[in-house]
Amino acid sequence: MLGYIVKTGFSALSWEFLTTFPKDSMTKGGIFPAIIGTLYLIIGSSIVSIPVGIITAIYLTEYASNEKIVRLIRLGVSNLAGIPSVVFGLFGLSLFVIFLKFGTSILAGSLTLGVLNLPVIIRSTEEALMTVPKTFREASLSLGATRWQTIYRIVLPGALPGILTGVMLSLGRAAGETAPIMFTAAAFFTPDLPTSIFHEVMALPYHIYVMATAGTKILETRPLQYGTAIILITLVLILNMTGLILRYRFRKKLKGI
Amino acid sequence: MNDKVIINDLTFYYGNNSAVKNVNIRVQENSVLALIGPSGCGKSTLIRCINRMNDIIPATRTEGDILIDGGSIYADKYNVSDLRRRVGMVFQKSNPFPKSVFENIAYGLKINGIKNKYDIETRVEKSLKGAALWDEVKDRLDDSALGLSGGQQQRLCIARTIAIEPEIILMDEPASALDPISTQKIEELIQDLKAKYTIIIVTHNMQQAARISDFTAFMYMGNLIEINNTEAIFTKPGLEMTENYVTGKFG
Ligand SMILES: Nc1ncnc2c1ncn2[C@@H]1O[C@H](COP(=O)(O)OP(=O)(O)O)[C@@H](O)[C@H]1O
Ligand SMILES: [Mg+2]
Repeated sequence: MLGYIVKTGFSALSWEFLTTFPKDSMTKGGIFPAIIGTLYLIIGSSIVSIPVGIITAIYLTEYASNEKIVRLIRLGVSNLAGIPSVVFGLFGLSLFVIFLKFGTSILAGSLTLGVLNLPVIIRSTEEALMTVPKTFREASLSLGATRWQTIYRIVLPGALPGILTGVMLSLGRAAGETAPIMFTAAAFFTPDLPTSIFHEVMALPYHIYVMATAGTKILETRPLQYGTAIILITLVLILNMTGLILRYRFRKKLKGI
Repeated sequence: MNDKVIINDLTFYYGNNSAVKNVNIRVQENSVLALIGPSGCGKSTLIRCINRMNDIIPATRTEGDILIDGGSIYADKYNVSDLRRRVGMVFQKSNPFPKSVFENIAYGLKINGIKNKYDIETRVEKSLKGAALWDEVKDRLDDSALGLSGGQQQRLCIARTIAIEPEIILMDEPASALDPISTQKIEELIQDLKAKYTIIIVTHNMQQAARISDFTAFMYMGNLIEINNTEAIFTKPGLEMTENYVTGKFG
């Protein structure tokens, strides 16, 4: 499949393709605004989901003493993980776009993607925290460290590679999703780059979807569609690879090599 | 000699099971108390009460009291971090942090508010010397502590503990995973440390208890069976049960 995408889309790739706006009702030109839009959405959703996800996971694994609350949150998180992404899109539409009046915007899309990412980040962070041996925590506490000092200075550094890997994988996933941004952030076409978080944006996955289903010249723009797909896949790969490389680096550092 | 630690009618429960039952022990200042008894009799649980390490285990409960210098460590508002600064602990399995040798010791100093680089360096050196490890690691202070041998790692953990200058050191079978030479080094170290610290050590090794301790307490199924000076416990124990245990007839 990848081979087919590359073969079909390769002819469309050029520096111009990456750095210019679409032309002639998107039958020609580049995908620059869609790349920028996707990057904005990735950054925006990180700002939402990384702190909330990590803090939730720390609370669950390190602090919470009330079994019932922990079980309730875990149940909520795993339910959240099972919801199809289009439902997140509808949820984002009704809550962020309409109820909170953010409109179709980077803000609404980032929040929606952020919520979508939360379960993955919470779970991978929890797993990473739990791989830090209890003996390190005990050693730190036995030296008079408080619980927070122990978490901040011993547990988190040890869990960081796992946390980062989870974060990167979830961001990669978010970058590729169409459904959650379709109703909340994505624009068919924008003549300018967004200048505020209340603007709508073009985004790579949605751009592919639009060109492949709604254009006037679906067949003629095939190379453009696949070219865009290559860029999207590359972006996702970069995020995933970064996650894996970070993990590898930190592993080495932890082992003191 | 005054009593540094007084354990008063202490009972400790994991859930509904008591692992330590109505134990009374007095530990003299600058002495070594050995805790012996078969596996599962509550030795670790008991010493982990003294620095309230068991607090982190959910669904546990403590009855009775422990006094250090006459003050209850279970008093309301008693600061557990302060307690653990005064009562250091060396664990059964050596557990250095995945940091450099230097950072392993500096960690405890930093979290206890020592920031001056010179102070930290001085105290790292002093505690490594105190743990008889300095000569072996002085050229590799920046190397990972995980690269040290098992015996060195355990002495590093002792150095880490004495760096923050506690008054009491708890040791839970500190040499059980070590070879005879490392064990001997740790035993010699304990003899040296006695001058400055009060030491409570759990051991399953009778000879070790006999060699290093001033007093020995024998526990069985959560109960304190007998406590006396070490020579008496090993030469003329008061109870047949103690005699059977120290002579190796059961356990
Ligand atoms: N975390 C725990 N939760 C429940 N029971 C425990 C826990 N730790 C120890 N116990 C139980 O308490 C008893 C005493 O254990 P321990 O203090 O470790 O004995 P020892 O150190 O003498 O071998 C044992 O029966 C053991 O199974
Ligand atoms: Mg034990």
